[in-house]
Amino acid sequence: MKVLVPIKRVIDYNVKVRVKADNSNVDLANVKMAINPFCEIAVEEAVRLKEAGIATEVIAVSIGNKSCQEQLRTALALGADRAIQIETDESLDSINIAKLLQKIVEEEQPQLVILGKQSIDSDNNQTGQMLAALTGMAQGTFASAVSIDGDKVNVTREVDSGLQTLALTLPAIVTTDLRLNEPRYASLPNIMKAKRKPLVVKAAADFGIDLTPRTNLIKVTPPAERKAGIIVESIDELVEKLKNEAKVIS
Amino acid sequence: MSILVFAEHDNSELKADTLKTVAAAQAIGGDIHLLVAGHNCQAVAEAASKVNGVSKVLVADNAAYEHQLAENVSLLVTELAADYNHIMATALTTGKNFMPRVAALLDVTQISDIIAVESSDTFVRPIYAGNAIATVQSLDSKKVITVRSTGFDAVATDGNAEIIAVDKVTDAGISSYVSEQLSVSERPELGAASVIISGGRGMQNGENFKLLDGIADKLGAAIGASRAAVDAGFVPNDMQVGQTGKIVAPDLYIAVGISGAIQHLAGMKDSKVIVAINKDAEAPIFQVADYGLVADLFNALPELESKL
Repeated sequence: MKVLVPIKRVIDYNVKVRVKADNSNVDLANVKMAINPFCEIAVEEAVRLKEAGIATEVIAVSIGNKSCQEQLRTALALGADRAIQIETDESLDSINIAKLLQKIVEEEQPQLVILGKQSIDSDNNQTGQMLAALTGMAQGTFASAVSIDGDKVNVTREVDSGLQTLALTLPAIVTTDLRLNEPRYASLPNIMKAKRKPLVVKAAADFGIDLTPRTNLIKVTPPAERKAGIIVESIDELVEKLKNEAKVIS
Repeated sequence: MSILVFAEHDNSELKADTLKTVAAAQAIGGDIHLLVAGHNCQAVAEAASKVNGVSKVLVADNAAYEHQLAENVSLLVTELAADYNHIMATALTTGKNFMPRVAALLDVTQISDIIAVESSDTFVRPIYAGNAIATVQSLDSKKVITVRSTGFDAVATDGNAEIIAVDKVTDAGISSYVSEQLSVSERPELGAASVIISGGRGMQNGENFKLLDGIADKLGAAIGASRAAVDAGFVPNDMQVGQTGKIVAPDLYIAVGISGAIQHLAGMKDSKVIVAINKDAEAPIFQVADYGLVADLFNALPELESKL
């Protein structure tokens, strides 16, 4: 079966973002970018399905300007077979991203679509669920285990109260949580090989979808700073401060 | 203007976070209805009818909603949505799961995880792990919104709303419940606790988390963990506090053996008072701590327990 893995180029998870002085947005100039960590887990899961003989082809897709080809090459180096870039210079709302991905699903007819549950920039946690709704597929979000069982996929989900396992009819959507797997590092030969794997570019405007923005970003501000704390020298001093200064224990 | 709020529950108990989501709905203003979708959930419906500011409680009680499968609940909510301007749910795993489906079925985008309401179409939400705060205006005709509980104070529960049965049964038939492993704990839930003590990689193993028990007992605290401790298998995933885990803001948060990665800070830095205990004086956790103690946790924890 074919597995489609939509991925996103985001700020590197180790970088603390700064807000622009004019509060128009965050400042991403000269900031290190990377594949969204949850998307990397999605690629890894798809590649493992291929290595297990379950998936026949793994296709990575990303939406953005030319720079997202770098992340598509990362996915190819991790083991994806080919890649699709949907080119746009706009920052699209999730519903419009999901509509573009819906078109790719219609073209490619994958049995499984694996996405990251959330991107670490916009922190929306919605694209996978939206794609599931638009394609009429079942969804297994926040997955920590995925197993294909005939025409179904069993997905174990990380929920607030513990773990929940669902059985979904294929084709289905899975969104990854942190414990699903530990992504491999791309080896140098695989990075070289990835350069020769097919990467097709399609213009977002050619899909015939109305991509009009649904939101208006009014401003972006830094969070409230916490006032500087103090270092206490002993447990006795800590307990005294918590009782008498902070008054949070009695 | 009318607002539909999805009640967070487990078929027996209305979760306290719903009271905060209703507070967010009140900040928008309008006639507020609560939807209880579940199975054998009459007790939840009755609790929901007492939530202040709610005029009607819609109860969809059917086996198709027992496990609140996203495929089924989203169809129900989408059908009901015709009568509402705003559809809201708490940004916990249930709401996060089905609400974007509702948004897509209504052809709108979702405004996730709001922490404040500016007006009926403009909301404030953290982005980039809380390192930036965005004010976003929704241009869609209907607003589909999830609410971060830490941004709002719970409404009272001395209301008296009318309870109305909803007969619609929407079963998509493409997903089914298999099993669950729920964490059983006598302690308060992370989202509801006024005191939380969390352990990180510095705890070294799951066994050592027992060092937190005595302190948690004395303080009536919930026990949390950093991603590192969960990834290492010390404790289960439902204990994870952070950007993509649970977001908490208790009166007192004690971080033990946690270095303070951006992703962990995102889940707890709105706590009123933060205490950090770590042997590494350079650990970033000290930058957000009100009280820092540079010490070996294996000495500090027993002493702290004995002195509380």
